[in-house]
Amino acid sequence: MSSSRLLVTASPHLRGPASTPKIMWNVVGSLVPVVATAGYFFGFGALLVIAAATLGALLTEMVFGSKGSLGDGSAAITGLLLGLTLPPGFPLWMSFLGGVVAIAFGKLIFGGLGQNMFNPALLGRAFLQAAFPVAITTWPTGEEGWWNLSPTQASLPLMGAEVDTVTGATPLGLWKFERIATDAVDLLTGAIGGSAGETSAVVITICGGYLALRNFLNWRIPAGIFLTVFVLSGALWLIDAGRYPSPVFMLFSGGLMLGAWFMATDMVTSPVTSRGCWIFGAGIGALVVLIRNWGGLPEGVMYAILLMNAMVPYLNQWTQPRVFGTRLGEAAS
Amino acid sequence: MASRRRTFRHGVHPPELKELTEKEAIRRMPFPDEVVLPLSQHTGAPAKPIVSEGDRVERGDKVAAADGFISSPVHASASGTVAGIDLWPHPDGTYKPAVRIAVDRYSAQAPRPRIVPRWEGLSPQEIVQAVQEAGVVGLGGAAFPTHVKLSPPPDTELDAVIINGCECEPYLTTDHHIMAEYPERVHMGLRIMMHTLGVERAMIGIEKNKPDAIEAIRATLPSDLNVTVHPLTVKYPQGAEKMLIKALLGREVPSGKLPMHVGAIVQNVGSCAAIAEVFDTGLPLIERIVTVTGLGVENPSNLIVPVGTKVGELIGACGGLTEDAHEIVFGGPMMGAPQSSLDTPILKGVTGVIVLAKQETKTKESYNCIRCGHCLDACPVFLNPQLLGMMARADRYEEMEEHHIWDCMLCGCCSYVCPSNIPLSQLFQVSRTALQRLKARSAA
Repeated sequence: MSSSRLLVTASPHLRGPASTPKIMWNVVGSLVPVVATAGYFFGFGALLVIAAATLGALLTEMVFGSKGSLGDGSAAITGLLLGLTLPPGFPLWMSFLGGVVAIAFGKLIFGGLGQNMFNPALLGRAFLQAAFPVAITTWPTGEEGWWNLSPTQASLPLMGAEVDTVTGATPLGLWKFERIATDAVDLLTGAIGGSAGETSAVVITICGGYLALRNFLNWRIPAGIFLTVFVLSGALWLIDAGRYPSPVFMLFSGGLMLGAWFMATDMVTSPVTSRGCWIFGAGIGALVVLIRNWGGLPEGVMYAILLMNAMVPYLNQWTQPRVFGTRLGEAAS
Repeated sequence: MASRRRTFRHGVHPPELKELTEKEAIRRMPFPDEVVLPLSQHTGAPAKPIVSEGDRVERGDKVAAADGFISSPVHASASGTVAGIDLWPHPDGTYKPAVRIAVDRYSAQAPRPRIVPRWEGLSPQEIVQAVQEAGVVGLGGAAFPTHVKLSPPPDTELDAVIINGCECEPYLTTDHHIMAEYPERVHMGLRIMMHTLGVERAMIGIEKNKPDAIEAIRATLPSDLNVTVHPLTVKYPQGAEKMLIKALLGREVPSGKLPMHVGAIVQNVGSCAAIAEVFDTGLPLIERIVTVTGLGVENPSNLIVPVGTKVGELIGACGGLTEDAHEIVFGGPMMGAPQSSLDTPILKGVTGVIVLAKQETKTKESYNCIRCGHCLDACPVFLNPQLLGMMARADRYEEMEEHHIWDCMLCGCCSYVCPSNIPLSQLFQVSRTALQRLKARSAA
């Protein structure tokens, strides 16, 4: 072998096993059981909603994203997560549009992977909530068969199809408007109304826990959210159990589980420092309690996460680590 | 003491990969046909040559003298004739002046008879002088002149000599075998250091993955000295001075300061044995132990190598390169320097030669930073590599200085963990060079 064939690269010459596509595809993989649970409880229609959102996200990434960026898996995550936040009988074209908006305006407009400030899936959902407020709060009644699709689901874009006036109820809606609490066992297993991904807290926790164990998400964020929600809602519940729901209900209802494990932990839109992650989680938890109890909407996880996303640059700045051999916050001499 | 966790915070766990040479006893390689002795093999001013072309030198003769106090002389590592003093490929990637010696064939390579002083009778100043004259430098990689470490400013209060036997870099087994095969040398060097510095206490830190070295060092522990052996958690970079002091003494060396500011002196086991050599055989530092390893070399070995041996000849002594040899690195894989020529000589500070085969060098694709924060959790000096990397790419060098870029040890932990494969430590090295240039320009 001659000298001219020697490779010269910078150290370190060993690289760890982690890679960005590996992290992303692991998240996709851990969402599969969540999607399957949605299909089990809500029927084929829920799977179609998720598929439409994912298709919208993937196609947008393929057309407008940089070359080969589909392979990093982040667009698939956005699509799946968006689909999971939508009602199972949601019109498919709206779901598809949500996926397009999530990727195009949630991520690509900032410069693609790693550049966006807000969670793209939640941005897509916020858009849908503003554009189609009725459709996004129309829940299936739970009496349809597995294969039966609601007539509105296949409606054509902008045709103003007749809205299905029969709507089911979500545990949070029941509590907010009728003060009816849902059984904790149903919350844990997922036999409840709501968005496609607001089903089994147990399945979501197992999938999220797997990611935390592999260090593919920062466990401090869900821990901070759960602790804050539990403590704050527990305090309120002790003050007036008739007005405020129990902390267990708060933890396991609505999108809190999905949001805490899969959306707040989006690496790109959460703080890089450990202390920042604790504050970030606590902030989301506090906002969720605030919005659910005193806000106009029954659910507040989406806005809580989006608001805290906006705080991330400050959190990073405020929680810079203490450099070895210096006091906290000391600048280099 | 024993209950405290013996390590530091953060760091990484790369694969150890030491099994290639772990069981290989140290052996001596044959003398090469030519040795190349760069004048700059140490931190500090390059040595000044005192021989000229055609001069005859014996093994151990001085060929270049130290230029000032923070400098170190260079000695002939083989008997022969000076073939020239000219520019030659240096391991740092540049060409630097070097004394080339055409080595005698069929020579016994016997050094001149010499008087070996008994160190017990020497004053600290005389020992420091003898160590400098012998050209002893740190053998752990940085090659800082050892005699400078042995002569701290008079107002320094030292309470511990720390011997660094961590060898936390993957692949390398040099220090491991020095401790396992020459433990008495290490203890003798330690004794001389403690005498010179007037320090009563010494600690030897060894990572737990070298049980035979710990055993050998413990078995030969001198009973009349206050020396303790400390098995340490296996974690990179446990062998970094600041990390080792933190693990053993629980003290943090202040930013920008030296270990002596917290009362400690750290010396690598190899350098310790080299000090002993000076007062044992009287020979200066003309050879060292090098681990030659990696899947790209036929017979991975731990060899005694004359300083100045070309890396090509050294690899030849280990059976040569394999078919798929791809990259040659001096030092460990985490901080080592890649080599572009097989003519590059082995310096005093080269701990190992790693020949990586093609499958060990597979380059990975780079992605945008996804702000996962893994680099912050890896950095042993608690920097924010994510932010620093972003600044480096935007040429915001002055801001990097405010964010402690000079505290970076370039250990490579951040690059190791980065899932997006961003070359962070390389960016930091480049930024520091750019900063130095900026400063030089503003000073001019």
